Amino acid sequence: MSTVKIPPVLRPSTGGEREVPADGGNVGEVLRSLAEQHPDTQRQLFGEDGTLNRYVNVYLNDEDVRVLDGLETPVSERDTLVILPAMAGG
Amino acid sequence: MASGAELIRQVKDRIAEVDPREVRDRLRPSENGAGSNGASANGAGAAAAKPVVVDVREQHEFEEGHIPGAVHVPRGHLESRIEGASADRSAPIVLYCASGNRSALAADTLERQLGYENVESMTGGITLWKDRGFDVEVPRALTPEQRSRYSRHLLLPEVGLEGQIRLLESKVLLLGAGGLGSPVALYLAAAGVGTLGLVDDDVVDVSNLQRQVIHTGARVGEPKVDSAEEAIRDLNPGVEVVKYNTRLDASNIMEIVEGYDVIVDGVDNFPTRYLLNDATVRLQIPVVSASILGFDGQLAVFKPYDGPCYRCLYPTPPPAELAPSCGANGVLGVLPGTMGLLQATEVIKLVTEAGDPLVGRLVLYDALAASFTELKVRRDPECPICSRPPGEISEEEMGVFPDYEAFCAAAG
Repeated sequence: MSTVKIPPVLRPSTGGEREVPADGGNVGEVLRSLAEQHPDTQRQLFGEDGTLNRYVNVYLNDEDVRVLDGLETPVSERDTLVILPAMAGG
Repeated sequence: MASGAELIRQVKDRIAEVDPREVRDRLRPSENGAGSNGASANGAGAAAAKPVVVDVREQHEFEEGHIPGAVHVPRGHLESRIEGASADRSAPIVLYCASGNRSALAADTLERQLGYENVESMTGGITLWKDRGFDVEVPRALTPEQRSRYSRHLLLPEVGLEGQIRLLESKVLLLGAGGLGSPVALYLAAAGVGTLGLVDDDVVDVSNLQRQVIHTGARVGEPKVDSAEEAIRDLNPGVEVVKYNTRLDASNIMEIVEGYDVIVDGVDNFPTRYLLNDATVRLQIPVVSASILGFDGQLAVFKPYDGPCYRCLYPTPPPAELAPSCGANGVLGVLPGTMGLLQATEVIKLVTEAGDPLVGRLVLYDALAASFTELKVRRDPECPICSRPPGEISEEEMGVFPDYEAFCAAAG
């Protein structure tokens, strides 16, 4: 089971959880597993066509999945996914 | 016993002397490659390589002007410090002082007591050098008050006199004199940044005082730029404060940011962050960016064309529902202190060129977990802004993204 780190703006959708364990062999499967556990995250992460929203950055460990294989990037049990939305507070 | 004048005469008889013109010629960049500037009056050895020129006068004399590139080793510290200037006993060294006497005595010491084999004293010293009309470099020196004020920086090899002078000559623009801007302004003023520009159109409110430590209860109701200026003056009157009591927008951004060496982004909204990015990429000014919300902070340095820009990291802003402000969501009062001081640290590193700047990396700070996470940020080869040369970024497209109008409407 890999770990998904939840940013503050998504925590209301995960019942306040900051880290959610989720199953899946690749990034897309892990995120869909997250969305199954916490349905409110579905709309925030994915567009209607099932692709990742452009304003959501996802990192596998420290690397942006956009420079890897996107949602197809393989994920192993010990990996951490970081969901990163832009913030503008100052 | 010989008189002082006699001693100097005797010493000059046994050491080698060199005319300022010859020294000037040897210091000129060689046209035929290093070590081939043949014709020297003092033998092939001395002419083969550029000499190390050592100024043996006192500190204040050196500060008033010296031969460009000269190393300063006061005669009183000659024996203990000469190896810092030239450890190689066979390398050519030219010593000079004001008129050629102290350097003659110093040359004698280097030869007879320290075994330097290739030492000359420059005839007539810097006085004759100047009379001949040769270049003199006047180093920027610190006043005694500055020496004392910045003494802890001067002790750090990574900053030192050179780094402190860079700080004193630097111009840093702070966008926002709020949560992030407060600690940044205070610490950069303390560090001796020469010019601090402050952009903010807000006034001090009592709800700011939980985190905006540059303001005070007595200044509630004052413009933030005035309040911040007062605090900076109290801390370090040597800092020049330039106030912009306005909101940064497309109409004024180029005028405001141009000429600054580094920009500190602590603004509280997305449209301004994108606008700032586009303008600074065009002007090639690095931005030290941070944002905060709740217990979380993000930090990155966007150095145009050296690393990714803000749009490479965030091609599109989130919808308003996922982009709450601190006003709506709250923020731990200490958090902008933590993130602001990380920003101030990056500014000082950029100005002094010390260490590795946070370019191409994003640091996330989670105060509740007490954890830092570092992520890689890469340049996007298809970035709408920084994939193009700066001259091609037009004024019309700055700060624009596809759903800009809708976004701004939603964000209010």
